[in-house]
Amino acid sequence: MNVQDYVRKRFLPHLWCPGCGHGTVLNALLRSVDELGLPKEDIVMVTGIGCSARMAGYVDFHTMHTLHGRALAFATGIKMSRPELTLIVPMGDGDALAIGGNHFIHAARRNLDMTAIIMNNHIYGMTGGQFSPLSGPGTTATTAPRGSIDPAFDAMDLAKAAGATYAARTTTFHVRELQKMLTGAITHKGFSVVEVFSQCPTYYGRKNNTGDAPEMLKAFRDGTVKIGSKELEENPELIPRGVFVDRDAVDYGEAYAELCRNAVSEAP
Amino acid sequence: MKDIRFVQGNEACTLGALYAGMDFFAGYPITPSSEIAEMLSGELPPRGHTFIQMEDEIASLCAVIGGSLTGKKAMTATSGPGFSLMQEALGYAVMTEIPCVIVNVMRGGPSTGLPTQVSQGDVNQARWGIHGDHAIITLTAGSHQALFENTVRAFNLAETFRTPVILLYDELIAHMRERLEIPPEGEIPLVERLMTSVPRDVDYRPYLAREDGRLPMSDFGGAHRYNVTGLYHDMWGFPSTDPSVVRGLLSHLVEKIEGREDELTFTREYEIADAETLLISYGSAARTARQAVYEARDKGVRMGLLELETLWPFPERKVRDALGKANETVVVEMNLGQVFEQVRRVARHPERVFLANRIDGRFITPPDIRRVLRIIAGKGVWA
Repeated sequence: MNVQDYVRKRFLPHLWCPGCGHGTVLNALLRSVDELGLPKEDIVMVTGIGCSARMAGYVDFHTMHTLHGRALAFATGIKMSRPELTLIVPMGDGDALAIGGNHFIHAARRNLDMTAIIMNNHIYGMTGGQFSPLSGPGTTATTAPRGSIDPAFDAMDLAKAAGATYAARTTTFHVRELQKMLTGAITHKGFSVVEVFSQCPTYYGRKNNTGDAPEMLKAFRDGTVKIGSKELEENPELIPRGVFVDRDAVDYGEAYAELCRNAVSEAP
Repeated sequence: MKDIRFVQGNEACTLGALYAGMDFFAGYPITPSSEIAEMLSGELPPRGHTFIQMEDEIASLCAVIGGSLTGKKAMTATSGPGFSLMQEALGYAVMTEIPCVIVNVMRGGPSTGLPTQVSQGDVNQARWGIHGDHAIITLTAGSHQALFENTVRAFNLAETFRTPVILLYDELIAHMRERLEIPPEGEIPLVERLMTSVPRDVDYRPYLAREDGRLPMSDFGGAHRYNVTGLYHDMWGFPSTDPSVVRGLLSHLVEKIEGREDELTFTREYEIADAETLLISYGSAARTARQAVYEARDKGVRMGLLELETLWPFPERKVRDALGKANETVVVEMNLGQVFEQVRRVARHPERVFLANRIDGRFITPPDIRRVLRIIAGKGVWA
């Protein structure tokens, strides 16, 4: 297959702004799916609401564009009903960890076999540049004109604490690494999370004087380092990238199937 | 041999759902509906069907929608506060035309209200809890036999019209025990999902209605790849803001329900033919109203009862027909007059429609009705 065969070309060009990182995530995801040779009829993409959510319209999978924050809850229903399908759930940072935070931690806790992608642009883009729970203190936003005082979640810490069995972080600058992590996440049996820093030059960039998209990408390059590296040890201010969690555990679907088998064999 | 049981209303509902072929349940514990989830957590796994306890009611209905879209007969059960949380996903199910059944066992509200006591205060919430113009089907029941039958009917209507159906009954019905006779398999016909005949790899339009308004489905994740969205969408399920698409979809969503009053409205009549005084009621309050009718008849008073089993779409024609014969009508319910308002709306003489109600968490009794009748008759009420 050609990567383009996974795209509903009639809906292009996409609606993301010039310089937006979300197209890079889509690109890496399609390359990963292609590399894995997954038939598109076996893939379900469920999205919430926001810039990230519009990805569902562009991919030629089974696609469901749902409610803000609720994508993982819908995906849970689909996976319990049809365990053989591959579930991919791209979300924004606010989508996944503000309004969807409860669904996120519980999906991770259950360890249901699906892949959550957090496209973290540190801002609400679709609604015009309000701060999110991943923006962090000092971020200027349309709802924080004097700078946000809200501490940020670390999505990797949260995923790990909640029970995700695969959790990785990278940026749209590190496209090869991103593709590799997405492949790792999709092939992982259990709940997997990939957080991708994705640049939003339109809102985050303009409000925070970061420069244009290439400048923001350079900041991703210079502001992040590999997990466990010497640079990180020397400069803990840098943000670690890499695979934070990768462990085996019984996934919820398997556990439920076993529960059903045991229920049948119970003595009457 | 007949299958006769002595059960709680919540069990009657659960047994009705299993009879209807429900094979997917997602829910969150809440009084006074929890017995439904408890029973299904035991019943569904040996059948290989899905029971999942979600993190809240929002997620419960979202999961139900996901289950239904992929081919399951899906249900959730809750009570007022949980039903409030479900409104967002309920709107999504209406918009995307995904069949499902939502049980709301009414307790006293607003807010946490009276978790263990009886009320019928969610009638209007069932109709207008979600934002935007829409139509909805809401059934209720005043006995366990009716509850069993209307649970099956709720699944049948959900599948036929591709819509969420709300099953609204009160705490008294939920927790009271009475006789239930489970009909033999096949006695109540079941409606199975209308599947598309469009072959694999041929352009399937999930939102192209047939002439009769029905939409043949293809299980999501199956032979056809399509899009589902809560945005206004075209016949392929892709977002559209084209005015004709928007108008067309909204009128389809409303017409498929509002335009079918005769198919969707169910009532029971007691002693109505020569009734000079008409009672209109539903749910457990209708049991009280029926008792009042029999007591009146014993004294030679011509009283009758129209019991509603469909609340939405409101049975306008049936109510208007019944009103026409009576001198005065008393609506009996346990709220501030939610069905009373509807009856007045459709009445030719709204000044002859009265309300007998209780709002204190206590069950309404025949004397509560008789007091209102005495006031109507100009006799006053002894303190």
